[in-house]
Amino acid sequence: MLENVSVISIDHIHEQVWLLKQDGYRFVTMTCCDEGEAHDVLYHFDKNYGLKHLRVKVPKNTALPSISGIYFAALLVENEMKDLLGVAVNGMLIDFQGHFILAEGAPKTPLNKSVPGIGIQIQEKTPAAAEGTVKS
Amino acid sequence: MNRRSTIPFGPQHPVLPEPIQLHLVMEDEKIIQALPAIGYIHRGLEKIAEKKDYVQDIYLAERICGICSFMHSQNYCQGIEELMKIQVPDRAKYLRVVWAEIHRIHSHLLILGLLADAFGFENLFMRLWKVREQVLNIMEKTTGNRIILGVCAIGGVKRDITPDLVEDILRELDSLEKQLPELCDTLLKDYSVKQRLVGVGVLPKDKAYELGAVGPVARASGVHMDLRERGYAAYGDLDFKITMEEAGDCYARTVVRVKELYTSLDLVRKALKRMPQGPISVPVKGSPPADEVLARIEQPRGELNFYIRGNGTRNLERFRVRTPTFANLPALLHQLTGCELADVPVIAICIDPCISCTER
Repeated sequence: MLENVSVISIDHIHEQVWLLKQDGYRFVTMTCCDEGEAHDVLYHFDKNYGLKHLRVKVPKNTALPSISGIYFAALLVENEMKDLLGVAVNGMLIDFQGHFILAEGAPKTPLNKSVPGIGIQIQEKTPAAAEGTVKS
Repeated sequence: MNRRSTIPFGPQHPVLPEPIQLHLVMEDEKIIQALPAIGYIHRGLEKIAEKKDYVQDIYLAERICGICSFMHSQNYCQGIEELMKIQVPDRAKYLRVVWAEIHRIHSHLLILGLLADAFGFENLFMRLWKVREQVLNIMEKTTGNRIILGVCAIGGVKRDITPDLVEDILRELDSLEKQLPELCDTLLKDYSVKQRLVGVGVLPKDKAYELGAVGPVARASGVHMDLRERGYAAYGDLDFKITMEEAGDCYARTVVRVKELYTSLDLVRKALKRMPQGPISVPVKGSPPADEVLARIEQPRGELNFYIRGNGTRNLERFRVRTPTFANLPALLHQLTGCELADVPVIAICIDPCISCTER
């Protein structure tokens, strides 16, 4: 249901983002989804409450060029994408080296679908445990 | 060249109870570069949201923030409703405005109090938070809870406000409004307060727009931006004027928040007065389709974005949160560059940072 979505290739990111900036668009944010073989990256821009989106499919062995040189505000979300989804981003003005939002020892790229959910693991009770004879 | 040193400001510091570290590169007392270091309280909520049922995610969304919690659940519900093409009853839309604006009043009073605390005016801080208690009382009376209201649902709201309660709320708001002038005058006219705020942390209009600043931070720099003007919920039926300032300094941001208190009081009264009779929710069946939506609302701190992607099951494919504090961080770095070390607490608090939201 997103309207105004333009699908572009990686090679045209800088050009398209630059044109939007020249046209007076404000950088809102970026969204990245894991689609197995590739990451689906969306750039969101706003002008007078109207949204415009750029969609780029980034194969997992390919790096995404940073737009932080055009919109400085993209710097933080690009570092976050690198942390949470493992998207390689080339040319970020500041690279937090994978420690922007994740702490030392945290699971790597937790938002990728191949990484299982973290949290409390509920163990199924064995009959013995249910009777209270086994201490967990 | 003067000697350079790096000062780690935070993660534990007196002005903000939440952990954020700012690496401040100093030349004498002047900051020449500032870098944020977050990640102390990342909870992985986006991942958890994919594992839960989309209805359970309302509770999760509401717990992203402990201050403007209702608006998170409201934005999530509005996003799912758009995705599933659910028509919400009018009365529910008005009730959402009432609780959202009450939340905005409590959030602004909270940050104005913290600001007073940051520049050492403890008495003003306590007085502002005393008034805030009345707002929390309204929330408790209408929902049973003081902060995490738990009343927003997909398809409407879970609780109604009875005519008796409407009278009660209006009395409480009148009492609250009578106390505001004295407090706001102190905030905006006191000589010492102005010395700490005027001309501090200046963010010009073009920079505010370019750096993606949102909410009172952007409006205090003259950027015309308030998503309530889009008319979501019942805002389209409630005429209001957005507050803007031009100076772009800490004082202008304070002025914007003070004026917005009155705007919100006005909006609550109008919403209660014009609220139509009727049902407060519609039943919801099925699951979000394989589609995507970017839900946006105006939170007390600014524009809140939820990207929601369904996949036809009861689990979401992706739930991404972009909070206003995240958007205001680049603007904060710009404001800090060139300022004095002693002004850092006031500048930091003036963007109304919520790190819990930002890291989610």
